[in-house]
Amino acid sequence: MNAKDWKILLVDDEREFITTLAERLELRGIPARVAFDGESALEAIAAEEPHVVVLDVLMPGIKGLEVLERVKRTNPLVQVLLLTGHGSTRDGIEGMRLGAYDYMMKPLNIDTLIEKMESAIDYAKKAATLPGKSDGQ
Amino acid sequence: MIRLADIIKHPLRGLQSDVDEAESPVRYALLRRKIFALMAAATLIPLLAMAVLNYYEHQSTMAREIQNPLRVLVNKAKSSFELFLTERSSTVSLIASAYTYPELADEQKLGRIFSVMKKEFKGFVDLGLIDENGTQVNYVGPYSLKGKNYAEQRWFQEVRIKGKYVSDVFMGFRKFPHVIIAVQHMTEDGRTWILRATLDTHQFERIIASMSLEPDADAFLVNGQGIMQTSSNNYGKVLEKMSFALPPQTYEPAVLTMVDPLGRDVYMSYAYFPDADFVLMAVKPRGSVLKSWYTVRGDLLFIFALGVVAVFVAAYRVTDVLIGRMKESEERREMALRQVEHSQKLSSIGRLAAGVAHEINNPLAIINEKAGLMKDIMDREAAFPAKTKIDAQVESILRAVERCRGITHRMLGFARRMDVSIEDLDVGEIIKETAGFLSNEAMHRKVDVRLEIDPELPRINSDRSQLQQVFLNLFNNALAAVADGGRIMAMARAVDDNVEILVRDNGCGMSDETLKHIFEPFFTTKKGKGTGLGLSITYGIIKRLGGDIAVESEQGVGTTLIITLPKGQREALA
Repeated sequence: MNAKDWKILLVDDEREFITTLAERLELRGIPARVAFDGESALEAIAAEEPHVVVLDVLMPGIKGLEVLERVKRTNPLVQVLLLTGHGSTRDGIEGMRLGAYDYMMKPLNIDTLIEKMESAIDYAKKAATLPGKSDGQ
Repeated sequence: MIRLADIIKHPLRGLQSDVDEAESPVRYALLRRKIFALMAAATLIPLLAMAVLNYYEHQSTMAREIQNPLRVLVNKAKSSFELFLTERSSTVSLIASAYTYPELADEQKLGRIFSVMKKEFKGFVDLGLIDENGTQVNYVGPYSLKGKNYAEQRWFQEVRIKGKYVSDVFMGFRKFPHVIIAVQHMTEDGRTWILRATLDTHQFERIIASMSLEPDADAFLVNGQGIMQTSSNNYGKVLEKMSFALPPQTYEPAVLTMVDPLGRDVYMSYAYFPDADFVLMAVKPRGSVLKSWYTVRGDLLFIFALGVVAVFVAAYRVTDVLIGRMKESEERREMALRQVEHSQKLSSIGRLAAGVAHEINNPLAIINEKAGLMKDIMDREAAFPAKTKIDAQVESILRAVERCRGITHRMLGFARRMDVSIEDLDVGEIIKETAGFLSNEAMHRKVDVRLEIDPELPRINSDRSQLQQVFLNLFNNALAAVADGGRIMAMARAVDDNVEILVRDNGCGMSDETLKHIFEPFFTTKKGKGTGLGLSITYGIIKRLGGDIAVESEQGVGTTLIITLPKGQREALA
């Protein structure tokens, strides 16, 4: 799949961060939508079913891990990349257990992020062709 | 000094409040003294009481046992004396009653009677008949006393009044000690006459001899005026005044203790005669009598002394053991407390660090993205005058962000390693690699870094990056401790089921006080240069990897850090 066909959703309550990140991705030809809290993120996922959701763990309202859990229930093929502010192994491992594709620590390296998105999309594609393994790793 | 009363009042005070306040060695010395004194007192007081009680009980028993035979002896001898005198005076009475005055006045008859008396009863010396005027009308005996008049003599007056008389020992006309027995008889026609016999005091001596006293003992007869009636070994010859005062009157034999005129401690047993003016006395020096008591007392004292020594030795040993155990358990408690305190400190610092890192990482992420966007935009712009300069600024911002990221990551690493990953690894290789990071500084400062890795070192299951951080910390510390041109040595070898790694430097070393604190967070000796987290992090990592870390240091000689790592992963890690 071409990068411009990717559907990416970025979720973080740090607006400055997430909008800038979206802008940078778009400069690289990757369309990205943003959500600033868990509720709107869930709405956006339900409406658009993005390929990859980049999700901050620590947010006011619905927390990142909860969003992840719900997404995996409703849209198992949506791949989630978790973002943590403090690289907590516990949050990361918990996230992986809940079905996150990977986790990354802030500040991000944008090239690494794009690489991970790409491999997540590849993985989702493979998972879709293997029935019954859709939510596994 | 500790007062015994204080110990008894507050025996355990030393184990409570004082303990926490005093310095350790002083406190233990104080405690040792208190426990020792308490134990010694608790055992010695009953022992002493028993010994004293036993001593007096034994002494009084001994005294009774010594006095009783003496009393019995005197009683027996007194009875012998009384029997002797009664027999003699009865004989004289019998003769006075059995014969008439004319018969007794007949010289031949009296002679015959006397010879029978002498034969039947020892001790008679002579026999005389005295008329109511005091004239001796007939006499049988070794002296020529016939016709002698006794009217003026005291005994004559007394026998006229009492009818019977036993005299004291006296010299009289005969010039040797004798006793007279006189009996008055009254005829039917109212005439009175007196029959008088003289007794030899040899019989007294024989009775005394029959008491079979020891050579240093003494027995004798005195009269009511204290005049010796028989000779004594120590207190005067016969008819001399006795050399000490008469004891109080008693007819039952009594025993007194006194100091005799010779200065000896003696037991004196005595009894007054009820029918004659005699006092029988027996004197025994206490020293000889109490010899057996002194032996017993010596034994008693010896046993007591032995007991005291045993009590002291036992108290000392028990105190020693007790104090040792106390010290040990207190050290264990202290260590446990320190560990708990340490892990609490670590965890609260960990939380703080995680919080700080998180708070910084978010704005840092914004800076990173903003600068990244600027760079992205610039990359897509055509050249303009300031482009190169702005590019350089943006790059600089991104580098600074990268640096900050490194810092926050290290802070987080202190609290919790990001990715604990246990793998099969070669510790030697990690040590070599980590030492390599410092080779530039070591070379620059001419520090000799030597590695001695056992080629047979087994591979272990552990975390590579965490071990790297540990060795980096240790090498950094060693480099900071040594002077330029110093030496750092790292050794790795297998010990039992563990791998032991030693990092030794010949640097400045540490004081005992410093050693106590080196694993505490924020404790540093690097004055402004160190965070005080290095060894604390190291400690946390090693503990989490199931290993152990110890330190040996001597000021001016150097420091050795000893790390023990298990070959296999021992416990699940948080």
